[in-house]
Amino acid sequence: MDITEYFSLVFTDYTLRTITLGTALLGAVTGMLGSFAVLRKQSLLGDAISHAALPGIAIAFLITGAKDSNILLLGALVSGLVGTFWIRAIITKTHLKSDTALGLILSLFFGFGMLLLTFIQKQPNANQAGLDKYLFGQAATLVESDVWMMAIVTGICLFVLLLFWKEFKTLLFDADYTKTLGFNTKFIDILITTFIVLAIVLGLQTVGVVLMSAMLLAPAAAARQWTNSLATMVFLAAIFGAFSGVFGTAISASQNNLSTGPVIVLVAAVFVVFSFIFSPSRGLLFKQIRFIKNRRDLELHKTLAFMHHIAETHENISHPHAIKLLNNFQGFTKKTLQKLVEKNYATIDGSMWSLTDLGFETAANLYTKQSTEDE
Amino acid sequence: MKNKTEENINDSEPNKETPAYSGVLAVKVDDLTVAYNYKPVLWDIDLEIPEGVLMAIVGPNGAGKSTLIKSILSILKPIAGSVTIYGKPYDKQRKLVAYVPQKGSVDWDFPTTALDVVMMGTYGSLGWIKRPRQKEKKAALEALEKVGMLAFKSRQISQLSGGQQQRIFLARALVQNASIYFMDEPFQGVDATTEIAIINILKELRKAGKTVIVVHHDLQTVPEYFDWVTFLNVKKIATGPVKDIFNDDNLTKTYGINYKVSIQE
Ligand SMILES: Nc1ncnc2c1ncn2[C@@H]1O[C@H](COP(=O)(O)OP(=O)(O)OP(=O)(O)O)[C@@H](O)[C@H]1O
Ligand SMILES: [Mg+2]
Repeated sequence: MDITEYFSLVFTDYTLRTITLGTALLGAVTGMLGSFAVLRKQSLLGDAISHAALPGIAIAFLITGAKDSNILLLGALVSGLVGTFWIRAIITKTHLKSDTALGLILSLFFGFGMLLLTFIQKQPNANQAGLDKYLFGQAATLVESDVWMMAIVTGICLFVLLLFWKEFKTLLFDADYTKTLGFNTKFIDILITTFIVLAIVLGLQTVGVVLMSAMLLAPAAAARQWTNSLATMVFLAAIFGAFSGVFGTAISASQNNLSTGPVIVLVAAVFVVFSFIFSPSRGLLFKQIRFIKNRRDLELHKTLAFMHHIAETHENISHPHAIKLLNNFQGFTKKTLQKLVEKNYATIDGSMWSLTDLGFETAANLYTKQSTEDE
Repeated sequence: MKNKTEENINDSEPNKETPAYSGVLAVKVDDLTVAYNYKPVLWDIDLEIPEGVLMAIVGPNGAGKSTLIKSILSILKPIAGSVTIYGKPYDKQRKLVAYVPQKGSVDWDFPTTALDVVMMGTYGSLGWIKRPRQKEKKAALEALEKVGMLAFKSRQISQLSGGQQQRIFLARALVQNASIYFMDEPFQGVDATTEIAIINILKELRKAGKTVIVVHHDLQTVPEYFDWVTFLNVKKIATGPVKDIFNDDNLTKTYGINYKVSIQE
């Protein structure tokens, strides 16, 4: 199957449609919530939560002996939440740096989870095969009820985001100040973290413990490059996440033996790289272009200022001067003079130049005051 | 110590520039002790701030000035002690208090505009969930105008200079329309023009009967800007009218070195 075939099948083929919808929803919800993790500089949070969920899956299996994904994910949710609140407790009670706390919980829970998984694999239980799909994810195992679950969580998450938008925004920008305004910042914080845990747990089956945090971070990091508004950033992150899901699924479905999770993450990474290079205001490319342009402008302005300096000595500002005069000025070339003529700042007559009124005025105002006007 | 402060309040004759000290206490701090780890950074602070003063808190780096403000505002939980605002616990009086944090305490690369930040000052009176409307926006624009930043209202905050960011923070507090203002180093890194602009706003607040408490580092300007001063270095060294207690003795006690910046007059 190639990509075009995929897109013609996606609306009719049940399995394909389920998986595509699932990954798109997952990408959207993790993208949205990821914006909050990125802006709080808690990049490790996603990693810690997803790794903390692993022992929950193993324990849920050991207790029930069943492979029903809902029960296993419930286990993941519980241990993910426990891990998250331990992280919070460590940070507030011990004054360890937050990344120390995150790293600590991450490795502790993951180690314990791996221990349980190896123990389970030694058991003579036919069901045990397939638990390791939660490590790297297996989108193909998504069924309709999983997708419904994702849709419901995404819906609730969107609703809560809209409801508490202003509270989320102030908390992210200035938590102490938000507290003085009378808001219960702990409640806002727990609310947001709980949704992050929920979204991550939902993604474990598809993307897996190891790569899950990339789903949280990549779309948000890419979105940040394109906008200076929080609302737009969250919206873009959701779009980027959803597209990563769809394209990742399309590519992996059309290349038979590629597993979906890693491909989705790679597509998201492409969004990041593209954004870091090509975004107009923060991208590397335009920064470089602006730098070169600024340097050119500066050369032009320096020459103009020098000419202004000479012209000033004369009563008639348009009095012609010899081009020769400019030759010992650093940075002067025939081309800059040509440019000044083009801009109507100066005129050339044979080997003489003179400033126009416009040129004189521009030069006089060049470095007096930086522009304060906006928009 | 307490008696002396009360005496000071009564003694200080009201001058033309400052409203008479009515004897009403805006802020009262009792036995406040705060520690981050084991060693207390504030030790047994008693402090009474009369209504209507423009007060400087001075002390060396690490003296606990920011910590004192944060504890009064319940951002930090003290080990011991209590704070009352107009005689009631802070929790009940939040709407009367506005806060200007130290500028470096937030990430200025946050995706938002100057106007948006100032609007945050209205969130407290709005309460949960309710969105700011035209009325709140108007108040925010007025505050921006007051600090001379109206032209920058749509500017992304990372593209503002340090002094401009400071003005935005000030505007955000002004929008709260509080009775008591706590400001943590509002003059940090601002040029002379901005400093004058800010101090004029502070004096206007005082004229309107508000109480303004400012962490301040430039000792030279204390007598010129403020009418009340608190010396702090882990313990409270002294508090009272500038003309009575701003002297070499207290400065030496606070800063540890022999102070010879005798004040004018
Ligand atoms: N979050 C923190 N954790 C641990 N110790 C802290 C913390 N914040 C401040 N301190 C310590 O508490 C003491 C008082 O700090 P504080 O910030 O209140 O001083 P300050 O008077 O505001 O100083 P500055 O003039 O530098 O702003 C310092 O010794 C500081 O090292
Ligand atoms: Mg401080």
